[in-house]
Amino acid sequence: MSAPAYQVVGTRPIRHDGADKVTGRALYGADLELAGLLHGFVLRCPHAHARLRRIDTSKAEAFPGVKAVVTAADFPPSGDRMVDLGEGETPLSYIRGNVLASGKALYCGHAVAAVAAVNVHVAEEAAGLIEVDYEVLPHVTTALDAMREDAPLVHEELRTKEFGAPGSRPSNVAEHFRHEMGEVERGFAEAEVIVEREFHTSTVHQGYIEPHNATALWNNDGRVLIWCSTQGSFVVRDTTACILDLPVSQVKVTPLEIGGGFGGKIPVYLEPVAALLSKKSGRPVKIVMSRKDVFEGTGPTPGSFIRVKIGARRDGTITAAEAYLAYEAGAYPGAMVASGAMTVFAAYHLPNVRIDGFDVCVNKPSTAAYRAPGATNAAFATESVMDELAENLNVDPLDFRLKNAAREGARRADGVKYRRIGCVEVIEAMKNSEHYRSALNGPHRGRGVAIGYWFNVGLASSCTISVNEDGTVNLVEGSTDIGGTRTSVAMQAAEVLGIAAEDVHPVVADTDSVGYTAVTGGSRVTFATGWAAYEAAQDVVRQMRERAARLWDVDPDAVEAVRGQYRAGSHRATFRALAAQLNRTGGPVVGRATVNPKGAGGSFSGVICDVEVDPETGKTTILRFTSIQDAGKAIHPAYVEGQMQGGSVQGIGWALNEEYYMTAEGTMANASFLDYRIPTCYDLPMIETIIVEVPNPGHPFGVRGVGEANIVPPPAALANAIYRAAGVRMRRLPMNPAAVMEAIWAAAK
Amino acid sequence: MATVFIPAPLRELTGGRAAVEAAGATVGELIDDLERRCPGLRQRLLEGGRLRPNLSVAVDGEISPLGLREKVPPEAEVHFVTAIQGGV
Repeated sequence: MSAPAYQVVGTRPIRHDGADKVTGRALYGADLELAGLLHGFVLRCPHAHARLRRIDTSKAEAFPGVKAVVTAADFPPSGDRMVDLGEGETPLSYIRGNVLASGKALYCGHAVAAVAAVNVHVAEEAAGLIEVDYEVLPHVTTALDAMREDAPLVHEELRTKEFGAPGSRPSNVAEHFRHEMGEVERGFAEAEVIVEREFHTSTVHQGYIEPHNATALWNNDGRVLIWCSTQGSFVVRDTTACILDLPVSQVKVTPLEIGGGFGGKIPVYLEPVAALLSKKSGRPVKIVMSRKDVFEGTGPTPGSFIRVKIGARRDGTITAAEAYLAYEAGAYPGAMVASGAMTVFAAYHLPNVRIDGFDVCVNKPSTAAYRAPGATNAAFATESVMDELAENLNVDPLDFRLKNAAREGARRADGVKYRRIGCVEVIEAMKNSEHYRSALNGPHRGRGVAIGYWFNVGLASSCTISVNEDGTVNLVEGSTDIGGTRTSVAMQAAEVLGIAAEDVHPVVADTDSVGYTAVTGGSRVTFATGWAAYEAAQDVVRQMRERAARLWDVDPDAVEAVRGQYRAGSHRATFRALAAQLNRTGGPVVGRATVNPKGAGGSFSGVICDVEVDPETGKTTILRFTSIQDAGKAIHPAYVEGQMQGGSVQGIGWALNEEYYMTAEGTMANASFLDYRIPTCYDLPMIETIIVEVPNPGHPFGVRGVGEANIVPPPAALANAIYRAAGVRMRRLPMNPAAVMEAIWAAAK
Repeated sequence: MATVFIPAPLRELTGGRAAVEAAGATVGELIDDLERRCPGLRQRLLEGGRLRPNLSVAVDGEISPLGLREKVPPEAEVHFVTAIQGGV
């Protein structure tokens, strides 16, 4: 069957927010000015783990220019309960405790108090006058150390849960789970080649350019108004309302432009604090984090320890696989180990498999999502072992993957059966690419490949579409736009309406002005909010057919609408012509839709990369890098390519340079972009892209979502390339020059 | 009858079986029937009458936002999986 022909979907219109972004007129949180605005500063704990014996704010409160000071004692005494903020339930005490520490500070950078003053300098100086009596406690910063029986406890009351059964003694392990399918021991007994290796990955940050910020006004009518940079305005609304013990209707959140998030701008840090400061001072309060605050006080992605064992027969068939994943949750439970476990072998059809996952609290910032959270760590391990197995079996690494690739009907280790997926098509696209077929010559050079998977999700989205008399439409949505989703959502409406993408004016609205919409995350916006736009546009078409019927005095069912052309018998009218007659046919037309769709289609991606390793310095230079990904259907191919390039670059940074470098005291030694090195254009070749399209049968246009899977394979592909260039297997991230040199020297001994 | 896949840590309650057949029009009814067949399962799956935090249910491969109220077609496959969620 041939692919459906689209007029808008699959084209590359100029983004709707392009002019504002390139001229600097787009409004970000730090730009916001309000009458009487105060500026806030957050005091943070300098220790990795400390009991807060006393906080004396009197000197700060008396400091000239200071209008308010708050600590956790200012939170309403709402007790503890489980709250559902759209991504599962979490204890309120954890959420509130991370916003302002109470009792103990659990990591260096944990917020303990905040000041609002006439300017940020006064606020900072006054914060320095707050006297905090810290009792410094022993700390622990890695998962393996935290799992030792004699490890300092991050939470004295925490016990390991295992599917509802609590452990018998306190532990830093919040949860242990296991996925098991088939007969693992028998599978390994049937294997003729087995590779088992251990891997370590460092804590890394999403590295968005725009720091967190929040402005709040606790209005005289009791409503709290918030402007901020977030991936989920409704999450901010609901979290702030929970912490401040307010009805959600008393909090209104206006999302401003967002300078990157990648998962890190889902949690709430500043908004309740700014609101409390506003309540105390009676004025609006703005807080903008420094880069140091961002590194130390917001959620990076977990560091991890992973052990992977895979066995195969000589013919290349995998007979069994086993994985042990221990992820650092940071200060509060919730490491991304569940998704790590569900993706670690997701690319392969495995008859016998066992996976153990451990969610481990440590004295580091509470972790947050980061682009396919948990999957990159896991793929680094699996894809490195797959590469070594292929070498032992003397088969092409892509042929080995293809032979064992997951296909429709295969079960993941958690038992869930795949529907239509594009794993095979991605691997075949890699094999057939000009890059893979090209020769790589020269000394100290090597080529590596790897593949990866991410689920993608649906969740709730809302959308309204109002028809203007000039034939354009205004589209109101609730998904904050990180990667160009205004346009990818607008294009789906345009396709249904039969108008140009430029004739749709998308607006990201505040929480009072649009129905509930879940976070911009899980690669869901083009899928789910796009679906809401599709449905809202269908609603518009239905109403426009009724208007045409009224004009032509025919039954609405007799009116046909095809690509913006309406007709019934000899009557003809375009969408624009009908729009011009709205007032004469009954008034405004507004289409609306809310969706909570199932059918999200997971996405596979692959990487081919060529590197050169300097044997004198250990520096890895990337010569060529190709990202391949199944988009389902690429609504706007240029944005898909942009996502693939962005994810690739972040994966490269994770692989080669980025890490939270921790001191013996458990503090971060490199909390600035000077010392925490993310790749720049000077470090990279042009990232080449190959879009694979295996339409998702669960979406009207076949969309899968492309924001995340692309970050999964780069570290493993680079490790495999470094092996072929330098002869050393790297099993710890980052693979910076020092680490590569150490490995080269160790191999030479 | 639906087929319920039992997570590995709970198989001690099913005599080691990885999958159990159960009847019910919704996930909640299915768990009631499971409890009759394998006592103790309900307590490990539910807390306060709801699915435990950090637990999701998938019916025919689709994670359900409705939880216990999700309809279960005859012959469906049901999985209880660890919820994917971020930290605080």
